Amino acid sequence: MNYPTNVKIVKMPCTGRVDIIHVMKAFENGADGVYLAGCLEGECHFLRGNLRAKKRVGHLKELLEECGIGGERVAMYNLSSAQGQRFAEIAREMTEKIRALGPSPIKKHGAELRAQSVTSGEQRAQCAE
Amino acid sequence: MIVANRKPFEEIVEMVKPYHKVLLLGCNECVTVCATGGSKEVAVLASELRLYREKEGQPIEITEHTLERNCDPEYVESLRPMVGNYDAVMSMACGCGIQFVGEHYRDMRVLPAVNTTFDGVTEEQGVWAERCLGCGNCILDKTLGICPVTRCAKSLFNGPCGGSTGGKCEVNKDTPCGWQLIVDRLKEMNLMEKYMEIQPLKDWSTSHGGGPRKRVREDLKL
Repeated sequence: MNYPTNVKIVKMPCTGRVDIIHVMKAFENGADGVYLAGCLEGECHFLRGNLRAKKRVGHLKELLEECGIGGERVAMYNLSSAQGQRFAEIAREMTEKIRALGPSPIKKHGAELRAQSVTSGEQRAQCAE
Repeated sequence: MIVANRKPFEEIVEMVKPYHKVLLLGCNECVTVCATGGSKEVAVLASELRLYREKEGQPIEITEHTLERNCDPEYVESLRPMVGNYDAVMSMACGCGIQFVGEHYRDMRVLPAVNTTFDGVTEEQGVWAERCLGCGNCILDKTLGICPVTRCAKSLFNGPCGGSTGGKCEVNKDTPCGWQLIVDRLKEMNLMEKYMEIQPLKDWSTSHGGGPRKRVREDLKL
């Protein structure tokens, strides 16, 4: 089973564990696209985690659209853990979709945005050094 | 709690346009409960702004910081060592908090990232609804716990208007008629005779209509 090498997998216990900020950070760190691959609807091991993920992906599409990254760069897929072929198919499908969209708009100026989550605590530590 | 919604992104972007280093402030109380301005929402807005400004070729540095409350001086004072490092403060707290920060840091631009709307309750997860507009003279004992000032669109005090249809308000078909709710409750509690008690004209001077309000407890002042 082969899938494109540009797909970086982040394992979660359930797609319901994925929060909005995780996906936003991925884009800040230079991701061109992010997809969530969760269990088939009705078959979530944690009952409704994949349904929460679906709603979050819907919200993410709005957020990414409004900040100019593009809602099409995030997607939700559902499959069973037994469906190896479908996993590869999804990876190829998403890769093709993102390739067609081109690189993330933040790369336009030739520099990736380094994750700048500077909380006040980190800032104080930096000042103290 | 106080319920607010985040302003449209275009408005926020326009407000921070002149600034390169912004302190984005959240609040751990009401705006956290209504998922508008807590630490999670601060992180998401900060991320959106960084992405947008990077895309525009005008990077912005944003520090995310959430206070326990923005309406008590002890918490707002805690910002003093850091606030001078920024071009502006953008606050996701309610209108009270936004103003209070501005009052404490007079040479700092303080910008509102949210529209503060009403005082309300969580009806269910993800749904918040208005309950109290602070009229200053509570009559909930007379209406068995349902407020005609807020639950009735016209704040009527002696029964529904002619627009009440099928238990719904004429302003919005999804809004229950406040007076229908009151009458149903009176019937439920066998207290319909209260309905016949005529309420006099309301003295609105105890509400904001009388000007900005203040409460003082002399015994608590230091």
